[in-house]
Amino acid sequence: MATATQSITTQSAPLLCEISLENLTEFPEGRRVLTCIQCGTCAGTCPYGELMQYPPRRIIAMLRSGEVEKVFTSDSLLECVACYACTAKCPRGIDLTGVLLPLIKEQVLLHLSAMPAELQKALENKLRYGNPMGESPRKRAAWVKTAGVPVRILSEDPRPPDVLWYVECYASYYPRGQDNARATARLFHALGIDFAILGNEEKCAGECGRLSWERGLYTTLMEYNMLVFAKYQFKKIVTSCPHAYDAFRYRYPIMGFNYELSSVPPFLTRYLPQLKSLLKRKLNYTITYHDSCCLGRHNSLYEEPRALLQAIPGVKLVEMVHNRVNTICCGGGGGGMWLDTYYKTKGIERLSERRVKEAVATGADVLAVACPYEVSRFEDALKVLGHEKKMMVRDITELLAEAIEV
Amino acid sequence: MAGNVWVIVEQWRGQISEITYEVLALGKELATALACDLQAVLLGHEVKRLAGSLGKADCVLCVDHPALATPVAETFARALVPLCRARTPEAILMPLTNVSLGIASLLAEELGISCVNFCRDVRVVDGRLQTRSVLYGGKMEAMVKPAQTPAILGILPGVRPPDDGRSEAAAPVEDVAVEVEMSSTIRWKCYIEPEIGDVDISKQELLVSVGRGLQSADNVAVATEVAEALGGAVCGSRPVIDQGWLPLSRQVGKSGVVVKPKLYLAAGISGAPEHVEGMKNSGLIIAINTDEQAPIFHVAHYGVVADVMELLPALTEAVHSRKEVKSHA
Amino acid sequence: MKIIVVLKMVPDVVEELEVAADGKALDTEYLRLIANELDTQALEEALLLKEKYGGTVAVVALDAPEVDDALFTALAKGADQAFKVADGDAALSTRAGAYRLAQALSSVPGLLPADLILTGAQAIDDLDGLTAPLLSHLLRLPQLGIVTQVSVDTASGIATVLREFAGGVRGEYEIKLPAMLGIQAAEKPPRYVPVAKVLAARKSKAIQSVPAPTMADGGWPVLQIEQMAKPEVTEHAQMLQGTPEEIANQLCEILAARGLV
Repeated sequence: MATATQSITTQSAPLLCEISLENLTEFPEGRRVLTCIQCGTCAGTCPYGELMQYPPRRIIAMLRSGEVEKVFTSDSLLECVACYACTAKCPRGIDLTGVLLPLIKEQVLLHLSAMPAELQKALENKLRYGNPMGESPRKRAAWVKTAGVPVRILSEDPRPPDVLWYVECYASYYPRGQDNARATARLFHALGIDFAILGNEEKCAGECGRLSWERGLYTTLMEYNMLVFAKYQFKKIVTSCPHAYDAFRYRYPIMGFNYELSSVPPFLTRYLPQLKSLLKRKLNYTITYHDSCCLGRHNSLYEEPRALLQAIPGVKLVEMVHNRVNTICCGGGGGGMWLDTYYKTKGIERLSERRVKEAVATGADVLAVACPYEVSRFEDALKVLGHEKKMMVRDITELLAEAIEV
Repeated sequence: MAGNVWVIVEQWRGQISEITYEVLALGKELATALACDLQAVLLGHEVKRLAGSLGKADCVLCVDHPALATPVAETFARALVPLCRARTPEAILMPLTNVSLGIASLLAEELGISCVNFCRDVRVVDGRLQTRSVLYGGKMEAMVKPAQTPAILGILPGVRPPDDGRSEAAAPVEDVAVEVEMSSTIRWKCYIEPEIGDVDISKQELLVSVGRGLQSADNVAVATEVAEALGGAVCGSRPVIDQGWLPLSRQVGKSGVVVKPKLYLAAGISGAPEHVEGMKNSGLIIAINTDEQAPIFHVAHYGVVADVMELLPALTEAVHSRKEVKSHA
Repeated sequence: MKIIVVLKMVPDVVEELEVAADGKALDTEYLRLIANELDTQALEEALLLKEKYGGTVAVVALDAPEVDDALFTALAKGADQAFKVADGDAALSTRAGAYRLAQALSSVPGLLPADLILTGAQAIDDLDGLTAPLLSHLLRLPQLGIVTQVSVDTASGIATVLREFAGGVRGEYEIKLPAMLGIQAAEKPPRYVPVAKVLAARKSKAIQSVPAPTMADGGWPVLQIEQMAKPEVTEHAQMLQGTPEEIANQLCEILAARGLV
C-alpha cells in the first residue's frame, strides 16, 4: 500500500507521447497496465468512483476482453478529473492517470456526440490564443504594470536571467490569479532573484490539454513552446502552475526539454533562511493547506509548501482529514475546470464543495493553496455553501507576500 | 439636381416599427441639408391606413400590392426597383433590422448603386452624404462617403430619438402603382410565435440581466436572488440563452425581446450592439462588468468594474436590509 | 444533395484592433483573421444536412491570411472539398467579394449547380452589403436570410426553412432548390474538431486553387472610406468605487432615490 510519501512519478516519460492503445504492449508502462489484478482500489479511491460507469479497473478488464470500444461512446470519462488518486493507490503501480486514462479519453473525444460547450470553447481558445479564457495573447503580460516591482520581459530585454518564470494562464489573466502573480513577483524581487518572464510570447504549457484528451492540441503547444525556449538563455525554469510543471517534467522531454525545472513552492524553500528574515509581519492565521494533485500526490511535494507556511510568524497549521497523498482534488483537472455546467446538469456534487466542507471543519481562517485552479474553485465553493465569511482562500505566495513588510 | 431623401417604412404585422420614426428623424435632417424633400415609402398590402403617422415626411409614397402581403425580401426589393429608377432619389434610408434584412443588398445590386451598411449616423458634408458606420462588432467606426448617388444607407436602430420622427401633421399620400409578382420560388407559410414562459419580460419593471460574464449556468442563481429581492425578473443576452441557461422567452436583444423597464441591471454583459438594441431605452441602466472597456458602460447610467459574483450577493443583502428597515420603520 | 458553403475571413476582435497610419484602414501588424462566426454556423448546418440527407459539402473562400487554417478545419470537420479563390483581397468590400465568388463558383467545373449554397447571414465587416443576397442575385438564386432551421424534401426539391424576425417570432417558408440561405444559427452548435484531425487533413487533403477571376473595372460602386477610428466615447456611465458592500449600498441609495426599492 502506498505510504504518505510514496512517489508515484513515472520513470520513462519520454515515451509517453508515442504510446497508443494499439501499441500498448511495446512499452513497459503499457505492459504494466495489463498486469492489473482487478482489485478495484482505483474505483474505491476515486472521488467520483460511485458515479463512474467505467472506472480504471473496468476499462482494463474491457481492454483485455476486446470490448473497450464501449467506453469510447460513454461519457463516463468526463467525470475523471485526473487527480492521480487511483494511481497513488494502485498496488501494481500502474500509471493510470498518466498513461491509461489519457489514451481512453482521446478516443472518447473522437466519439463524443456532443462535447460540453464550455470545454469545447476552452480547447479552441487554447489552440488559437494560447489560453483557455479566449483572451488576447497581447494582454498576457498586462498584469506586469501593476506588479509594483520590475518584471523583466525577455522579448524586450533578452539578457539571460537565472530564472525563467513561467507564469501560466490563470496567473496572467484571471484577476485572482494576478494577485498570485504580483505576490510572486514581489517575493522574487525581495529575495533578489534574477528572473524574467516570456510575457506575451508565453502560451499554455498544454497539460490541461493532455489530460483533457487532446493530443493534437497538446503537441502543437509543445512545439511552439520549445521554439520559444530555444530563443533565449536561462539557467532554470520556475513555474507558478503545477500543471505546467507536470507538462515540462513528464511530457516535454520527448521534445528535447532538459532545462532545470522547479515549481514555485520548492523553489522558494531553497531561500528559506533569507525568506524568514524578511517575514516580519505577524499574520495571526490558522491555516489549513490543501495539497494539490499535481504538486502533491503526483510529485510528492508535500512538505515544501508547509515549510513555507510555517515560516510565517503567527501562523498555526492544521490539517484536513484528507491530506498529503490522500488529498481530495478541487475538481479542476482533466478538463474539469470547464465542465461545471455539465456536472450541474447531471446533478453531480462538485469536488471543490466537498473539499471546502473539510476545510471549514478544521476551523481554520485560511485555506492555503498552491495551484491556480484552486483559488477560484474554492472561493466559488465557499460562496455556494455560504461560508465565505468564515474562511478565505489564499495562494501560498499571497500569504508570504502579505507577511513581508514592504 | 439632387433627388429626394427616401425612408423605407418598416411595417410588420400591421404596425410601423419604432425604428421607422428614428430613421424619419434622420431623413428630415438630411433632406433639409440637401434642400430636397423627405419621402416615406410605405410598402405592403392594405397598409395605407398606416400612412397617417408618417407626417414627418413631406409625402408618403404608398406601394400597395397583394404580393407585398408576405415578408419576402426579394419581392420588396423588386417592387422598389422601378420606383427608384423612375424617381431617382438621392438617398434611400433603409432600417437595419431582422425584418428588413437583405432588401438593401438586393436593391443595390438590381440598381447598380452603392450600399452603405451599419450606419450609426449620417450627415451631409461638403454637399455629400457621409455616414458613420460601425464595424467589427462595434470596435471601429468608419466615415464613409458613397462615390455616387443614389445610395442606399442601412440605418442602425437608435440613430435618433423616435419621437423626433413622429408628427401630428398629415402628409399627402401618393398611391404608386407597381407591377410586381409573388416569388415563384419562395413561398411564405406562417409566423411561429415564441412560447411565452412564466414571465413576459417586456412587461417587467425591474430586470436583472445576465451575460456571458457569469461564466456558468450555476451563477445565474445569484442573479435570480437579486431579482427576487428587488421584486423583478431575470433575463439574459443571446449567448446565455443559446447555452441554455435561460429559456428563449428571456432573451433581450435584436432577435429577442425589446424591453424598457425602469431598472435594467446588466450583469456580466459586454454590451454588444445586438443586445443594446433591446434595452437601450430602459429607465435606469446599471452595468457590472470586470472589463472597464466593455461597451455596455457607454450605454449605462451607472457602472461598476467588479466581479458579478461578488457584487450581486452583496447587493441582495443590501436590498434585503433596506427592505427590512423599511418594514420595521 | 450538393451543398456549397461560402466562408469569409474577418478580423478577429479578440485582438485589440488598431488603425493604420493612413487613418483609413485597419493596421495589419497584429491583425489576425478568423472565419466569420456565422459562416462557421453555415458550415455546421451544411454538415448536419449532409449527415441527414447524404451528399457532398464543398467549402469556398477568397484567399486571405489564415484562410488555409479555416479550410483545413472545414475539411477535418467533414467537408468533402475546399476551394480557395486566388487574388482575393476584397478589403471591406463584400460586394467585390461576392462578384469574385460568383465568377469563381461558375468557373470550377462541376461545382455549380448546387442544391444549396449556405453562408452566414451577415459578417462584422459587411460595409457595402451582405454576401447572401448579393451572391444570390449574381447567381440568380432565390434567397432567405437569418435562417435557423432547414429541412429538405429531396424528392420535390423544396426546403422548408425557419427564419428569425423580432421578439422571438420566427417565420416559416418553403424555398425551391437550388437556393441560397443566409444562416444565423445551425441546429446544433458548431462541432469541435480535434487538432490532430486538422493536422491530418493538412497532410492528406488539398485545398484546390481557383485562379483569380478577371474582373471588369467598375463592376460595383465604390465607397470612399474617409476615416477609420475607434468609436468616440461620447457617453459614459458614472462609475462607482469601493468594496462590494460599499457599492451595494450606493446602488441601493440610487434605486431608493427612484422609488425602485
